[in-house]
Amino acid sequence: MTAQSCPRQHCATTMDSAALEPSLYTVKAVFILDNDGNRLLSKYYDPELYPSMKEQKNFEKNVFNKTHKADHEIAFLEGMTIVYKSSIDLFFYVVGSAQENELMLMAVLNCLFESLSQMLRKNVEKRTLLDNMDGVFLVVDEIIDGGVILESDPQQVIEKVNYRADDNPLSEQSVAQHITEKLARTSNVLQSAKEQIKWSILK
Amino acid sequence: MIKKFDKKDEESGSGSNPFQHLEKSAVLQEARIFNETPINPRRCLHILTKIIYLLNQGEHFGTTEATEAFFAMTRLFQSNDQTLRRMCYLTIKEMANISEDVIIVTSSLTKDMTGKEDVYRGPAIRALCRITDTTMLQAIERYMKQAIVDKVPSVSSSALVSSLHMVKMSFDVVKRWVNEAQEAASSDNIMVQYHALGLLYHLRKNDRLAVTKMLNKFTKSGLKSPFAYCMMIRIASKLLEETEGGHDSPLFDFIESCLRNKHEMVVYEAASAIVHMPNCTARELAPAVSVLQLFCSSPKAALRYAAVRTLNKVAMKHPSAVTACNLDLENLITDSNRSIATLAITTLLKTGSESSVDRLMKQISSFVSEISDEFKVVVVQAISALCQKYPRKHSVMMNFLSNMLRDDGGFEYKRAIVDCIISIIEENPESKETGLAHLCEFIEDCEHTVLATKILHLLGKEGPRTPTPSKYIRFIFNRVVLESEAVRAAAVSALAKFGAQNDDLLPSVLVLMKRCMMDSDDEVRDRATFYMNVLQQKQKALNAAYIFNGLSVSVPGLEKSLHQYTLEPSEKPFDMKTVPLATAPITEQKTEITPVATSKLPEKLAPSRQDIYQEQLAAIPEFQGLGLLFKSSEPVQLTEAETEYVVRCIKHTFANHMIFQFDCTNTLNDQLLQRVLLLTGESSDILGSCALSQRVSVVFADGLKYVLLSDIKSLSLSCHLHNPYLHGLKTFCCDCYRASCCQGSKGLGLKVMLAYAPSGADGKQQ
Repeated sequence: MTAQSCPRQHCATTMDSAALEPSLYTVKAVFILDNDGNRLLSKYYDPELYPSMKEQKNFEKNVFNKTHKADHEIAFLEGMTIVYKSSIDLFFYVVGSAQENELMLMAVLNCLFESLSQMLRKNVEKRTLLDNMDGVFLVVDEIIDGGVILESDPQQVIEKVNYRADDNPLSEQSVAQHITEKLARTSNVLQSAKEQIKWSILK
Repeated sequence: MIKKFDKKDEESGSGSNPFQHLEKSAVLQEARIFNETPINPRRCLHILTKIIYLLNQGEHFGTTEATEAFFAMTRLFQSNDQTLRRMCYLTIKEMANISEDVIIVTSSLTKDMTGKEDVYRGPAIRALCRITDTTMLQAIERYMKQAIVDKVPSVSSSALVSSLHMVKMSFDVVKRWVNEAQEAASSDNIMVQYHALGLLYHLRKNDRLAVTKMLNKFTKSGLKSPFAYCMMIRIASKLLEETEGGHDSPLFDFIESCLRNKHEMVVYEAASAIVHMPNCTARELAPAVSVLQLFCSSPKAALRYAAVRTLNKVAMKHPSAVTACNLDLENLITDSNRSIATLAITTLLKTGSESSVDRLMKQISSFVSEISDEFKVVVVQAISALCQKYPRKHSVMMNFLSNMLRDDGGFEYKRAIVDCIISIIEENPESKETGLAHLCEFIEDCEHTVLATKILHLLGKEGPRTPTPSKYIRFIFNRVVLESEAVRAAAVSALAKFGAQNDDLLPSVLVLMKRCMMDSDDEVRDRATFYMNVLQQKQKALNAAYIFNGLSVSVPGLEKSLHQYTLEPSEKPFDMKTVPLATAPITEQKTEITPVATSKLPEKLAPSRQDIYQEQLAAIPEFQGLGLLFKSSEPVQLTEAETEYVVRCIKHTFANHMIFQFDCTNTLNDQLLQRVLLLTGESSDILGSCALSQRVSVVFADGLKYVLLSDIKSLSLSCHLHNPYLHGLKTFCCDCYRASCCQGSKGLGLKVMLAYAPSGADGKQQ
């Protein structure tokens, strides 16, 4: 099956070229897909790379089609190097240019995966991810900023994000929230009762 | 404890994706609770998450609703919940482009940036810099400088990276922070080092001396960060390339020493840098290659891939250097990652011996159907190179290529195969029959018109010369019956060639032509009628002129001449001789074999240089009445390449006029070339006889200077160029080559003197 090629010219980014221009901008895109290839999170850092939503989704579809069947870690598609990893029902991708240092891209991917793994208590699967989507957004934000690798140590990322994954997941919010509110109210009542007693004694 | 996935929830709950049926308007409605007091952090957090999720999915937010949501979000700064605050920063960044008046959060962000909570400071800086424009930047400059040298690594990193993003916006302001960045570079934190080095390089990259000093300092002091090392290796190799430094320089030693670094990332970066260096000897490559060889047997796929990709590049220039790795490469042929396997095979094809070719081809054919189109093209190109190297193996190759041709594949892939087969046919006369047979089989079922017509053209050219040309006629005629108009027309032309060259086939061809004259398409009918008439004359000369030799003139030139002819009503018939001959079109030479992203853009006919000049000159009103451009010369350098400005001269020859085009290019980035004057004067020491033509006019257009000379017999011309910014007087003398001109003038010599003197006056660029 032939992949639908992207309509924009990427022939300039062939595998072979002169030495890479020294730059901190190493990551072109990062995205997380579910096992149907649907986007759960994606960030594109190169403004010239697939600027429209349509092109982005097309690219993600192509990448998914080529990579979800066999977990081979690294692929070359549409003129770019893509490193990827899958876990239960999720696929994680980091995209760099064809001449980029593949090990750097792997470092980013590993940091992302390890950080999420810690945050989600090793349950790196779709439901847990979505239930803690805010934490996921924050983790990605701490690892890459505008295409520059900001942090590569998962431990550091977790500390900075400081996300308590024991928060109530979205789907259960109404029940737990109700309980929390009740508790808060109860504790307020107790607090004010204590105050009143204290003052009445002091008087 | 994190809530585990509960089976009950799937049946009763909101489905496996709580974001699945989100509606933008509903979410924005919910966002109204941001205005309530007290703020409920959990609920607000969930709503913000939903907003960001929607944005990420590509949901479009109108400006009004985005601004409303943004303003509502600013209320959340009142809460002290950490995660909520962080999500606010994220929202600011995400909505910075779609909401209006985002700068209202500047004061809150500045407060957080300089506040006590370290966990807020980094992200606040990054959000602030995302919404800052040039006017605001000066206001926060003080805070940025403090942040860059802050002891907390996340603050410093955030400040450095944000400064880098702002370089595009305001280089001059950020440049003032270079000292702070320098200080940050001596930090112990590996990411801060990396960011500081990166920012310093971006700020200094136009100043080669500063970059060299910086590199020297850091290579001596040693950095801990593997990322910083990779950056330094790239800077060093770029410097080596720019200065064309020899490989005994300390920069090269530094890169070489990185091959022994403890981080694989650095080792690989160093090996890759060495391999990419031009003019590397085999001895210099050896340590890099041995490192790559080690990586080939790594359990990590990314490392194997990186190694084999780099070895592939080495094999292009130094195949002998890679031979040592052949065994490791052969092991990779069976790698489960197909990209690695393909690269391994193509590398082996470049370095392998003739005897291994058969074995390798067999191995490739087993998996070629599984690899992507980009790699298939790589394999075909490698085979093409191999065919040139070992012409005796053409039968094996041809078999293999024809099998690939039968399989599925995109246009680029099939085209690469067809080109390869054609090149084999052209180089090896013995392979012609088999090659043509394979191509005939291919066009029976080919969906690409371009390829079909190309092959038909080839059949027309080569078929008549084969021992049994008649067998090709059936294939060609089938195309006439079955295919699209363009293919049918090409088939008719091919048939005509058979008829012209083989007398015994002529009657059959004429019969077939007659049938083609009844075709539904007019192009096909016209061609058939035309060829019928020519062939019926049975004259060799006519055949040669109209059937065998195509147009010898350039097509864009013909178009232009015809257009010119239609504009000026004339009794005389159109004269083909006025059309300039076709010159070789400009094509990009792809000398190295690379996997190319398959692209669906159509191939454009590359216009020749002459046609481009013709167009440019025709656009200038002063040159309208000159007629057609006869010939343009190659550009001649009139200055040395390293001077502050570079001048090239191109001579355009018309029937009665000559135009000299001077291209002046300023090579300094921070100097403005003003007041460029072109003076013409007499010079008395060339050719003895110099009579400067009376009719000299100078035309300036588009930064290029043209000198038009009319009615020239012989002349010499000297030009002075003044650049008021340069001190001292230097004179460059270059002789233009003496080209033979068009009819009417004798040999022409051109001497150009360039002189520049200081000048205080200001002037506009002329």
